[in-house]
Amino acid sequence: MNIDISETQALIIQSIRDFAEKKIRPHIMEWDEAQFFPIDLFREMGQMGWMGVLIPEQYGGSGLNYHDYIRIIEEIGKVDGSIGLSVAAHNSLCTNHIYLFGNEEQRQMYLPKLASGAWIGAWGLTEHNTGSDAGGMSTTAVADGDYFVLNGAKNFITHGISAQVAVVLARTGEKGDKRNATAFIVERGTPGFNAGKKENKLGMRASETAEMVFDNCRVHKNQILGKVGDGFVQSLKVLDGGRISIGALALGISKGAFEASLKYAQERVQFGKKIVHFQAIGFKLADMATEIEASELLLHKAAHDYHQGKRITKIGAMAKMYASEVGVKVSTEAIQIHGGYGYTKDFPVEKFYRDSKLNTIGEGTTEIQKLVISRQLVDGK
Amino acid sequence: MDFNLTEEQLMIQQAARDFANAELLPGVIERDEKEQFPHEQIKKMGELGFLGMMVDPKYGGGGMDTISYVLAMEEISKVDASASVVMSVNNSLVCWGLEKFGNEEQKQKYLTVLATGEKLGAFCLSEPEAGSDATSQRTTAFDKGDYYLLNGTKNWITNGGNADVYLVIAQTYPEKGHHGINAFIVEKGMPGFDIGPKEHKMGIRGSDTHSLMFNDVKVPKENRIGEDGFGFKFAMKTLAGGRIGIASQALGIASGAYERALQYSKERKAFGKLISQHQAIAFKLADMKTNIDAARHLIMKAAWDKDMHQDYNLSGAMAKYFAAEMAMKVTTEAVQVHGGYGYVKEYHVERMMRDAKITQIYEGTSEIQQIVISRTILAD
Repeated sequence: MNIDISETQALIIQSIRDFAEKKIRPHIMEWDEAQFFPIDLFREMGQMGWMGVLIPEQYGGSGLNYHDYIRIIEEIGKVDGSIGLSVAAHNSLCTNHIYLFGNEEQRQMYLPKLASGAWIGAWGLTEHNTGSDAGGMSTTAVADGDYFVLNGAKNFITHGISAQVAVVLARTGEKGDKRNATAFIVERGTPGFNAGKKENKLGMRASETAEMVFDNCRVHKNQILGKVGDGFVQSLKVLDGGRISIGALALGISKGAFEASLKYAQERVQFGKKIVHFQAIGFKLADMATEIEASELLLHKAAHDYHQGKRITKIGAMAKMYASEVGVKVSTEAIQIHGGYGYTKDFPVEKFYRDSKLNTIGEGTTEIQKLVISRQLVDGK
Repeated sequence: MDFNLTEEQLMIQQAARDFANAELLPGVIERDEKEQFPHEQIKKMGELGFLGMMVDPKYGGGGMDTISYVLAMEEISKVDASASVVMSVNNSLVCWGLEKFGNEEQKQKYLTVLATGEKLGAFCLSEPEAGSDATSQRTTAFDKGDYYLLNGTKNWITNGGNADVYLVIAQTYPEKGHHGINAFIVEKGMPGFDIGPKEHKMGIRGSDTHSLMFNDVKVPKENRIGEDGFGFKFAMKTLAGGRIGIASQALGIASGAYERALQYSKERKAFGKLISQHQAIAFKLADMKTNIDAARHLIMKAAWDKDMHQDYNLSGAMAKYFAAEMAMKVTTEAVQVHGGYGYVKEYHVERMMRDAKITQIYEGTSEIQQIVISRTILAD
């Protein structure tokens, strides 16, 4: 497994850094305070090739692999976790679902727009009463001639208001049946598809999180991805890939918080010396660096296995869980290393801390990851 | 060993709980979002005696024991940690410091109005270059005969804008190191005393934190607290009691978060049952409860040591250290138990997670507590 940074990756990383310094860094706190979703930024990022990372070039994507993808999300996350979240969700959920399970017509219709960032995508699985228990969803899709009528509401959806297109999971069968859900592509403007309430969040505030409401929304059967009943199984596969992206985001946040702390610890003097020379602080940094290294390796192992054609359900879950939990630990310690300064908005670490907590919850809580892993272990996988 | 609370202590606990739910809970999310100081509520807390609980009644205080104070601090903190830090600073640092070490004139003039909450106090030790290393005082107060000339900057001062009475630590004799430090009572409005802009913080946003600038402020001789050169000892002894207040704040924040997580787990269903019936969640709650109670016992022991006039330096440091670390873990888990809902402001627990973090930092970081503890246990 070679995870040295390739020449291509090095070029991409440099262009992300340059872009982020100019276009993201000056606005971080302003966007965070106002919960402002900088939609134009994503169009620009699309032009840079970061909104369709894994999509083949024939559909307007960048045709890169998961190792590259990890590095891209990580670099963005190092600067602003909420921008990284939007990029990751756009790539791994809506766009990837259409790529993996769409027919040629659907791919031609939607992928170029999504990969270029001209359109933002949303992915609707979670509801008010079903988070971890996605199979128990209440949004229904009832057949009516060539159409399906969607009724219900999706909750905590990234880009729920601003997305021009959403992949929506709705129940076409009975609760408890594994083949009870179907994935529909629904375009903004379809009558009955409404944007709901925007959430006021702890962190990831520049990433828009909102409700999507379906009120007798008629969707043509040509908008179905795959076949009726395929939705749930498709979602699990989509989430498998999404795990790597959230893990990479967490890794970026960890690295951003860690680098800020290492710098601060080498500048701040108390009791006559730089605080990095006190064991208490030096050893904290040692622990942080070790856990970051381990997170990175788990993520690239998952990417490696994916490209070897192996099933990544277990390794992806391990990587997501580990990297996200490390993200929370590292950013908590990062504030501690900064002392009082770390608690103010003048320093970047309190934002890393607030942003990091989302990653142990979104796209499968840590508890769900443990469920996934333990089941894989029991099944001898 | 009697672990039971007295009737009076139980009444105080209930009074604080009722006040918190009736007066502090409404609007707490909005006040946090807008960084609004809870003026009305603090005024009421003063009237009810919550701001000078342990002060002798002859100075307008409640004459209560430290355990009662801990109980009240926990209840207030369960709901609003911004209000409780105002309470902690006023009680543990300002009132206690003045009552223990001030002379009769100082007590009559200042303690009386502070104990009733008519005026609020602030404790000014930290500076931009002196956080954990408190001996590196750069603020000076040179003896000019009938007054001290105060110059310098103080950082991170709770109640910085809303206080009227400021206990300021400054260096009078630089050549004497920390033996040359004094503590002074400075009043708002003294010429040359400016209050800097409010800090924008991650948590305890209803508490106003400011820098203070002193530019040739003439502090009357009679405003010096204690003997000449007593200032550093004053600060250290006062902070030892402050630890108990902050430990109680951390305990309350954690308890509040835990209670909400417990309640949520009994309402939220997933996979056909209440999430409290899933071992992962049930065991999280078990761990939270165990650690909260462990913290409470450490805090009660420190409070008891103080009430019994026994040394509480070690027990207080352990209580503050443990409670703050525990609060961080418990509030983070409380957000996790709530899932996506834990990440949004309406459910309170994300605020508690943000508020908990500061308890590991102020009034002596966890690392400083570890220094206090290790030095004590390693001393011959």
